[in-house]
Amino acid sequence: MSDTHAQTVPFVRDTMLPPAEPPIREAGAVRWLRENLFSGPVNTVLTILGILIVWFLVSHFWDWFAHSIWNAGSLSECRQIIAETWGEGARGACWAVIRERWNQYVYGFYPPELYWRPTMAFGLLFVALAPVLFSEAAQIRRIVLGLAALMTLWLMVMLDAPALWLAFAAVVFLGALLVSERHPAWLLVFSILYPLMGVWFLWGGSAWGPIMVLVGPVLGWIAWRVMHPFSSLAAIVAALVIPVLWWIGYAGEAARDAESIVSFSIPAVTSDRFGGFLLSVTIGVSGIALSLPLGIVLALARRSDMFLVKSLAVIFIEFIRGVPLIALLFVASLLLNYFLPPGTNFDIILRVIIMVTLFAAAYMAEVIRGGLAALPKGQYEAADALGLDYWKAQRLIVLPQALKISIPGIVSTFIGMFKDTTLVTFVGLYDPLKSMSDAVRASTSWKGIYWEPYIFVGFIFFLICFGMSRYSMYLERRLARDHR
Amino acid sequence: MSDNTRPIDRSQMQVSDEVAIDIRNMNKWYGSFHVLRDIDLTVHQGERIVIAGPSGSGKSTLIRCINRLEEHQSGHIVVDGIELTNDIKNIDKVRSEVGMVFQHFNLFPHLTVMENCTLAPIWVRKVPRRQAEETAMRFLEKVKIPEQAHKYPGQLSGGQQQRVAIARSLCMQPRIMLFDEPTSALDPEMIKEVLDTMIELAEEGMTMLCVTHEMGFAQAVANRVIFMDQGQIVEQNEPKEFFNNPKSERTKLFLSQILGH
Repeated sequence: MSDTHAQTVPFVRDTMLPPAEPPIREAGAVRWLRENLFSGPVNTVLTILGILIVWFLVSHFWDWFAHSIWNAGSLSECRQIIAETWGEGARGACWAVIRERWNQYVYGFYPPELYWRPTMAFGLLFVALAPVLFSEAAQIRRIVLGLAALMTLWLMVMLDAPALWLAFAAVVFLGALLVSERHPAWLLVFSILYPLMGVWFLWGGSAWGPIMVLVGPVLGWIAWRVMHPFSSLAAIVAALVIPVLWWIGYAGEAARDAESIVSFSIPAVTSDRFGGFLLSVTIGVSGIALSLPLGIVLALARRSDMFLVKSLAVIFIEFIRGVPLIALLFVASLLLNYFLPPGTNFDIILRVIIMVTLFAAAYMAEVIRGGLAALPKGQYEAADALGLDYWKAQRLIVLPQALKISIPGIVSTFIGMFKDTTLVTFVGLYDPLKSMSDAVRASTSWKGIYWEPYIFVGFIFFLICFGMSRYSMYLERRLARDHR
Repeated sequence: MSDNTRPIDRSQMQVSDEVAIDIRNMNKWYGSFHVLRDIDLTVHQGERIVIAGPSGSGKSTLIRCINRLEEHQSGHIVVDGIELTNDIKNIDKVRSEVGMVFQHFNLFPHLTVMENCTLAPIWVRKVPRRQAEETAMRFLEKVKIPEQAHKYPGQLSGGQQQRVAIARSLCMQPRIMLFDEPTSALDPEMIKEVLDTMIELAEEGMTMLCVTHEMGFAQAVANRVIFMDQGQIVEQNEPKEFFNNPKSERTKLFLSQILGH
């Protein structure tokens, strides 16, 4: 003890202090205003300036919004109604174009009598997503599935869906709701089958096509079972090569043969009929679902100790990130035709999906690499010390944590990619923002309408992207494990 | 340093003739820095060895070589009859026989205590989940925190986390346990609970290698203390002789520094 304490009287506490309430200070709206808006001269000036700017903007647009017209057959009719109601020179929004042409913005040039098919495909998407997105939260899963079921069935009835398919959708939704109560993981079977089912609903044609595609992995699995007792490497190679050989060589022929024996097909719709949000969502959802696994593989490859694997990953990522998406889309639409054997019909939407996926995956890989780098070295060491091999350590220890860290970046990439789907306008596809609005303006009745379609499409994009953003925040909260 | 007032039961602590770890002429470099120099060390089944020494002397590196968290560049390391080479199968086999407890616990924060303990038995040993959970519960009871089984590591104190880490290693039913400064990151109040767990393990005849500064622990349970400096084994002896009658000047200096006050 130093001298400063020499005069301290010996002290022993005989009763411990109980925890006390914090002091109650003034509260309420007045206090909030003073603290947040008028805490000092600078803050007060900024507050007043902010209010003025908001006032300026709102007053500028208010009458345009207030004079909204929802019922009109053309832009000139809209203007006439506005002039009659609010006087000559009044401005007003003509939302009638949305009311009149909403089906084009949603379905593009898809045959109207088949609108129920993409609607059903979109509704069932929620069943496929449920085990992935809402596996643990039973209440949220019930609400999402229930709402999706009601909306989808109602829309299908409104769109005159055949009774058979209405019953099919009802059975799937009901089955999903019931099965997920006891075994949520079983829905994954539907999630795995959904991509083929969705493609079939959208493009139609013979059901044998998707079925024969499905035969590929089954053959691969059989090959693996047969080869595995002899050599595990040969089994893996066989399991990968045989499905590819099947798809390239035999699947198409087998589908045609099967179709000629037992016909099972729905009307086919070609890719040039796709447009609007149907196109955006198709490309967006496929791109999101494919780019995440590809991004994970690329991120792991870039951190690999194997020189060749690492170099290939680095080259791929840096090349794709260094090239504008539009350049890749041009490659997809124009250049691929030169490289592919003549006569091959390689669907333009499929080509675009591949390019968008590669583009998003390169960004995704870098986002996930950040998450991997943020993990303490001790996690890898603990996994090693317990005898987990590389893949088990990645799957059980490293990726669950790295992906959780990367959620904000991953969702940003998803959002960016979904908005980038509007760029397909440059390869002649009807994106909702540019091409579809041009198509609407091409008719004499809506010639010259600009603001309303853009605001409408922008608003729908905002809703979807904001939804993704909120979901990512919910996911971060749910996965939070540190109770600091 | 904590005193261990608990009486030690030495009846089970038999050392067998069976060799658990055999290290011969082992050398390791980090780049051009020679971290471990000509290490020779034989550990018998049931032995409890404490490795002491100043920081940077290579003690952690030595025990991390035993389960190949670090690679040695020359010499031989044979663990439980398996030589550590680049053969991944052998490495995984050794790792599943050798448990390791780290200074910073390294629990998996995204898994519950129970999941931390059952993960490796289920995925490496292919034990059925139910059975793995029963085993895990038994070891959690042994380290005296069965009631925390369904919490996440972030909700536990440092001492509790380290005891979970010990239980996690024990769930793999290892024949050898490595401890890499298990109490260095703990608050003084929590050191004893971890040491008590380690003493209990020693009493049951576990082969243990501990890098630690807890000289009380060394005196109580070790049957050999190894002193390392500059990547070499400078002195080894049974604890009584080591502490009361150190031979080398370097050891004397080290002991005077850590026991001096």
